[in-house]
Amino acid sequence: MIQIEQLHARAGQFAIRDVNLAVPQGCYAVLMGRTGSGKTTLLESICGLRQIVSGRIRIGDRDVSDLKPGERGIGLVPQDVALFPTMTVRQHLAFALEIRRRPPDAIADRVEELASLLGIAHLLDRYTAGLSGGESQRVALGRALSFRPGVLLLDEPLSALDEATRDEMHALLRDVQRTTGVTTLHITHNRSEGRALAQKLFVAEANTVREAPLEELAKRC
Amino acid sequence: MLSSVYIILIVAMLAADATFTTPHHLLGALNSPEIRFSVRLSLISCTLTTLLSLWVSVPTAYLMSRFRFPGRRAMDAILDIPIVLPPLVVGISLLILFQTPPGQFIERFIPVTYAVPSIVIAQFAVACAFAVRTMLVTFDQIPQRRELVALTLGCNRAQAFWRIAFPEARRGILTAATLAWARSLGEFGPILVFSGATRMRTEVLPTTVFLELSVGNLEAAVAVSMLMIVAALAVLGIARVFGLRAPLERVL
Repeated sequence: MIQIEQLHARAGQFAIRDVNLAVPQGCYAVLMGRTGSGKTTLLESICGLRQIVSGRIRIGDRDVSDLKPGERGIGLVPQDVALFPTMTVRQHLAFALEIRRRPPDAIADRVEELASLLGIAHLLDRYTAGLSGGESQRVALGRALSFRPGVLLLDEPLSALDEATRDEMHALLRDVQRTTGVTTLHITHNRSEGRALAQKLFVAEANTVREAPLEELAKRC
Repeated sequence: MLSSVYIILIVAMLAADATFTTPHHLLGALNSPEIRFSVRLSLISCTLTTLLSLWVSVPTAYLMSRFRFPGRRAMDAILDIPIVLPPLVVGISLLILFQTPPGQFIERFIPVTYAVPSIVIAQFAVACAFAVRTMLVTFDQIPQRRELVALTLGCNRAQAFWRIAFPEARRGILTAATLAWARSLGEFGPILVFSGATRMRTEVLPTTVFLELSVGNLEAAVAVSMLMIVAALAVLGIARVFGLRAPLERVL
């Protein structure tokens, strides 16, 4: 569950205010908005990468407003995927677990499990340099899910992909969400993406975020 | 046309040195105990300076690249001073600094001026500025977002640095090291003023060239110069082999 109350956050001259938002446990929510509407500011605030001015952020039953990013239990897939060029795919999937000092066999099991869920078992020993857009997305998704976070945040993850790969990723995201039951907030400006995935819809505009009926996705295009 | 004249000038300079010196001169130079001492002292002091420069420049550049803090602009400007300051002035400033009460206090425990530590300090004063510049370019080219993702994955700031930024910066670190080493090898002005030119005590390779020239021993001076040319070309070669052209060009 993600619950945001009266959030006020600033990014330079830009600010978002009075943001109230609730994504129930296990729900796939989509946040839509134009470039510069504050989507990324909101996302960084939720992750703890941006200090908020006021308001509260809850993940599950914990108030995480003052916690460090790593203590919030949030898996992030950033806009440009930001894979680590010095690591193999396997090291990406193991990274968060190694930081948490999990036993090696538990890590190996989890890596296998993720690799088969995401269809990247054949890539495990590759470095990220030669991966295709879709493959990179899968690795970024696996890295974000590896430590079983309560919440998954996706920042325009599919914007750089071609149409066919995008449809494939929609199916994968739905599948992952069904399998893991992770509460998801997916940021996009692509309406067809919203239609394909949203169980709940939010719209960022006029420096705040409002909930919108799913019909709005159909109506607008 | 103009550029080819310059290229010819560079190559001709090296060719003149190479043809002037003979294997006999080179061997003669290497057999002299003074010159062997100066080769050894040069290698040791340059390596120490390089390690010291990396130790200071990597965290300094990382801080400046990743964080905005009061005084950052001033820091950035101050870091350019050693690069533009005339070398002799660096030497005189160091000499005076170690005459002040804090400097004298240090001298009471470790003799610095006209002793070996002064060589490393003189080299470090200039070389470190080049290392910082190189590392700053390096870290600025590495997107910060990867470290931010690492933070969400459970890293603290130090882990994000050591596990993400540092391995990605390794080429830049190697460039900074070669650059600092090469700078230190050629450092002469500050050393002459701050360390003196005493044979078998504070004599590094540039000092040797100077001393040999001043007594009219041109053959030995050129032979030692050849050693330094070979060392400099070797460093340049290492930098090219590791594909470090871009950052090197940006700094220089």
